[in-house]
Amino acid sequence: MDTIPMSDTSHRTATVGSVLTRPPAEPDVAERTPLPDPAERDIVFELAGVEVRYSGVTAIEDVNLKVAAREITAFIGPSGCGKTTVLRTLNRLHDITAGAQVRGTITYHGEDLYGPRVDVAEVRRRIGMVFQKPNPFPKSIHDNVAYGPRINGRKRGEIGDLVEEALRKAALFDEVKDKLKQSALGLSGGQQQRLCIARALAVEPDVILMDEPCSALDPIATARIEDLMQELKANYTLVIVTHNMQQAARASDRTAFFTAEIDDAGRRVGRLIEFDDTEQLFTQPSDSRTEGYITGRFG
Amino acid sequence: MTTETLARPNPTPDPERSLRGATPPPGRTSDRVFQVVTLAAGLLVLVVLALIVVATASQARAWFNAEGLSSIFSSNWDPAHHHFGAFGLLYGTLLVSFIALLFAVPTSVGIALFVTEVAPRRVRRPIVYTIDLLAAVPSVVFGLWALAELIAPLSHIYQSVSSATSGVPLLGTLFANPSGSGEAFMTAGIVVAIMITPIVTAITREVFVTCPASQKEAALALGATRWEMIRGAVFPHGRSGVVSAVMIGFGRAVGETIAVALIIGSSPRLTANIFGTGDTMASIIANEFGDASGTWRSALIGLGLVLLVLTVIIGIIARTVLARADRRLGIVAR
Ligand SMILES: Nc1ncnc2c1ncn2[C@@H]1O[C@H](COP(=O)(O)OP(=O)(O)OP(=O)(O)O)[C@@H](O)[C@H]1O
Ligand SMILES: [Mg+2]
Repeated sequence: MDTIPMSDTSHRTATVGSVLTRPPAEPDVAERTPLPDPAERDIVFELAGVEVRYSGVTAIEDVNLKVAAREITAFIGPSGCGKTTVLRTLNRLHDITAGAQVRGTITYHGEDLYGPRVDVAEVRRRIGMVFQKPNPFPKSIHDNVAYGPRINGRKRGEIGDLVEEALRKAALFDEVKDKLKQSALGLSGGQQQRLCIARALAVEPDVILMDEPCSALDPIATARIEDLMQELKANYTLVIVTHNMQQAARASDRTAFFTAEIDDAGRRVGRLIEFDDTEQLFTQPSDSRTEGYITGRFG
Repeated sequence: MTTETLARPNPTPDPERSLRGATPPPGRTSDRVFQVVTLAAGLLVLVVLALIVVATASQARAWFNAEGLSSIFSSNWDPAHHHFGAFGLLYGTLLVSFIALLFAVPTSVGIALFVTEVAPRRVRRPIVYTIDLLAAVPSVVFGLWALAELIAPLSHIYQSVSSATSGVPLLGTLFANPSGSGEAFMTAGIVVAIMITPIVTAITREVFVTCPASQKEAALALGATRWEMIRGAVFPHGRSGVVSAVMIGFGRAVGETIAVALIIGSSPRLTANIFGTGDTMASIIANEFGDASGTWRSALIGLGLVLLVLTVIIGIIARTVLARADRRLGIVAR
């Protein structure tokens, strides 16, 4: 049973307060090291004591972390430790999962993401998501990318350009420019994943959540997506889940390491073990479990 | 791979032997049996269908011989004067089915969406059970209920709508000459709609339920409201299933006999007055077959053949439409 009710989404523009309606922040010059303290940057998400349960069973608990604006935050950890689960709290996707329950507080630009008057559709428009498995609609390539702009009321005339721009950003345009009218299901897995990225970009969100965006991609496409992430960083905040340690080390600014352990009561519960600058975490992890995982002795 | 090759002690199988053993592995025989049985079952269906067509066609020959083309294209059905033109009945059948689908399809899709996407999880099961139960109610029960409870109030509605729209072009004609008793095309259409709604709902619900969560999440994650998600993900996914459901509903509507016979007024005619009495092929067969003999009987059997052909044609059209749409979307035909 859903304990978090779906908010009324019929009046999507007005309900979310000032922060959710302000224009996108100015891009700033990306500096790699040293990273400013998260507290000094704009904080996009702040999670405090977050716990997620599925049908009463805790999957992950006590997650505290801050996601800073225009950075790439990576979630790493062994399979089943709850990375996807945490990611899905950020765009309230658990609302539609039967039995899922989110506790603790999550703020988005200082505003309670799970507050009573929050417009969930607006939240998800601002916080885009690319899923672990490519999930294009059974529609044409063009219509897949156009879906977001259309439901968000973009004018007919604008959509063609938006679609092309999004496909270009996702490094897919050249491959599909002659077959925009063809079904998206005819694309390869990697192309489908880039299409899904384009589809998310076309909505022009503030944050993009990516759940293992490269797991279906070859090294070349992976490199393109990583380049894309660096480009996107200028304007967007990215949170990525990855199983690829090199990718996390290469592409992200901060890394969160999760793992699942059996606790005293015999429950298998995911926890955030360490959250730090990526360089710090990979060179001098403060927790032995992190060290074990990144050096491949664990998980 | 068969169990035999998997269970062999030798880990490096000799390629000659593993593929063409002296004795066929046990799995192969059962495969063969299965193939033969299913093939036989499939052929049996075709044989039965062919026998039905041949038998009805030979019985209906007398009708076609007597009436020629006017058997189908004349709307004069008058057994007393030996006129057996089926057009009015064909028209009645299509009109009643059309009215029925007009009411039943939106209702069914609405109920199916409500049950799959909107209703609280607790009440979903009970609703589904109730609908399935309704699907099992024999049609004569609906017919009797309509006769007892429905036609009187409907006749009042017909009268007032008719007088309200008299003089209005198109609508005036459509609603003119309401039947005094309440027996009408419209009444039959409404009752058939009620009868086919459960089955159309059940099939539609089943296709909506199979819409993958990933599709729905894709739409919602782009900022779709629930309704936008349904339009963007659930409908495209369920489209071909809904068309199939409509076709099955149509098949039922076309073939519906007893309930329609009770409430349509049994007057075969070609008229635009949907509040007036009429008749359909299935219902006239039920009403007249007992008394019929000679050409009359042959004509009634011929109507059965026309019904059969009609359903086959509709089925083919539906398949073609679906196949074309699926090809356009790159979905392999099932
Ligand atoms: N819908 C669900 N219902 C019940 N349990 C779930 C559900 N989704 C996830 N879980 C459980 O929650 C735990 C965390 O799952 P999650 O998908 O977040 O892991 P993950 O870190 O993303 O793993 P992976 O790297 O394999 O994708 C797992 O034990 C899983 O079984
Ligand atoms: Mg995952």
